[in-house]
Amino acid sequence: MSTPLERRLALQQDRRVRYERMVEIRTLENKVQDLFDEGLVHGTTHLCLGQEAVAVGVAAAARTTDQVTCTYRGHGVALALGLTPVQLLGEILGREAGSIGGIGGSMHLCDPEIGLMPTFAIVGAGIPVAAGAALTAQVRGTDDAAIAVFGDGSTNIGAFHEALNLAAIWKLPVVFVCENNQYGEYSRIDLTTPVDDIACRAESYDIPSAIVDGQDPDAVAEAVSGALDQARGGAGPTLLELKTYRYAGHSRADTAPYRPEGEFERWYEKDPIVNFGRRLVDEGVLGDNGVEEVEAAVDARIDAAVELVLASAPAPVAAMFANVLAP
Amino acid sequence: MPRMRMNQAISAAIADEMRSDPDVIVLGEDVAVAEGPFKTSEGLLEEFGPLRVRDTPISEMGFLGAAVGAAATGLRPVVEIMFVEFLGVALDQLSTEGAKFHYLSGGLVKVPLTVRASVGAGLGFGTQHSQTLESWVVGTPGLKLAVASGPANAYGLMRAAIRDENPVVVLEPRRLYARREEVTVGEEGIIALGRARPVVAGDDATVVALGSTVGAATEAATAASWSADVIDLQSLQPWDREMVYESVARTGRLVTVEENPLSGGWGADIVAAVAADLFGELKAPPLRITSPDVPVPFGKELEERYMPSSAYVGEQVTELLDTGRVPPPWWQREEITT
Repeated sequence: MSTPLERRLALQQDRRVRYERMVEIRTLENKVQDLFDEGLVHGTTHLCLGQEAVAVGVAAAARTTDQVTCTYRGHGVALALGLTPVQLLGEILGREAGSIGGIGGSMHLCDPEIGLMPTFAIVGAGIPVAAGAALTAQVRGTDDAAIAVFGDGSTNIGAFHEALNLAAIWKLPVVFVCENNQYGEYSRIDLTTPVDDIACRAESYDIPSAIVDGQDPDAVAEAVSGALDQARGGAGPTLLELKTYRYAGHSRADTAPYRPEGEFERWYEKDPIVNFGRRLVDEGVLGDNGVEEVEAAVDARIDAAVELVLASAPAPVAAMFANVLAP
Repeated sequence: MPRMRMNQAISAAIADEMRSDPDVIVLGEDVAVAEGPFKTSEGLLEEFGPLRVRDTPISEMGFLGAAVGAAATGLRPVVEIMFVEFLGVALDQLSTEGAKFHYLSGGLVKVPLTVRASVGAGLGFGTQHSQTLESWVVGTPGLKLAVASGPANAYGLMRAAIRDENPVVVLEPRRLYARREEVTVGEEGIIALGRARPVVAGDDATVVALGSTVGAATEAATAASWSADVIDLQSLQPWDREMVYESVARTGRLVTVEENPLSGGWGADIVAAVAADLFGELKAPPLRITSPDVPVPFGKELEERYMPSSAYVGEQVTELLDTGRVPPPWWQREEITT
């Protein structure tokens, strides 16, 4: 079994691994839904089905010493950064095997070794925190950077605007990655946001921005890499808007009946996994049966992870008393 | 021992920590060039430069959030919230993010963050700039809370807060910034968080005070016909049960003196703990001396009535000792409200 760090390095070096990780994210998310339907998941989950290219593109571009903040829809980013399926499923199912021992649940993942800061269950909260991680790099004079991954809904909360403003005036090495999945909770973005493109919000902070195809992991990786280079070079922050689509509803109870007819089908034509798989087969990175081989290998890995986690111990009661304060 | 004002003691404490640790930085509105609206960061920009001492926009959610992120990745930020009310727009970052990181990282991420804020009535700043608001911070596991009552413990608590591995809020009663006293500086001046300070010794009651009320409690006990232990709690989260319990077990009477509304004030926790754990030792019901359940008024006389005075503390404790019962607060005595 690979460690989180090994999983991350493999993804950075090999586009085949990036494809495999996208399949892993989707397979795992579907498995989470199954486990939920079987009544095995306590609480709630927010699935990132359809947004796999964002997670993998960001993880491919970031160094392991860069700090990443992400949202409660964070299973994909966590897996892409390197968290193992066992660590993730263990957390979702409240087991000792979870990344923080089953204390956090689906919305609270963390692994400092791969730059995954504690994930944020409050909309927008991770954006200024990422600016702060960038401040550490600036004060200490390292060339690390930070990445804030957040949804389109976050761009209407003060934390987004305050963080962009602060990062702009201090030229902090941070990249703001908005994964615009078209919905903030149950509401379509145009009902809550007066602009068509989130990217334009960078203008009022005098920072560069770009709109990126969030369904293409190569495009995401390239855009994030470019912005990180700028940040490390002292040019300050960038806002990237990654256009993507949330296949699932907001959370467990939401079947997304508000979705306009035909919208899902239109977006599915741009499915990140189908299209990236095709591209890799065309390029010869994957063999003719490569897609099926990856799917079979991932299925087996996820099934084994589920089995291991279901057989593992729930978080012990004493764990709730640990780590309230640092010694 | 140098004699200094409380704001000078705070500047000195931060400067001493900045000298000993290059990871200590200072953020806040007007803290750099202007050296703080209350002059609590005097000389810091000049000595430590603009990389480590930064003026921020008026943007508490942004800069407190950035401080949380900086602390989680290795720095020791000292953040000034000019008036504690301004914490309201940033409370998520303190209570829901920073206070939870250690827990939600399985102990791998520490947040050595100090949040300083000026608090309290007495200077005519009006309703929205005069509260003490300890209640916003207590009851959030993962945070520590200290309250200064003068230059010496402002210095000592500040240094301890900056060295602590957790988010610590240090509240500074604004009307004490200009108060002068001798301050023990250096390592010996550091005051451990969670430890109270005995101010006056006596036998008839234990008077527990905090921050701005330490002065009134001390004056009352010094002038009265009765004698009391006056304890300056100094830290509220955690608070020093050992010292309070030892004293109450001896005096048999507990009085808290609080500059905050009666409802939800910090004294309720102390009283509940003592009543439960030392029930058999008590000779009288515990007495809470507080402000009324109103916003802080502006008019000078009204604002003075809002804050428990030494005369009022004296009267209330005297009546408790005379009657064995809790006397009604002044607003009931004067039949203003029930």
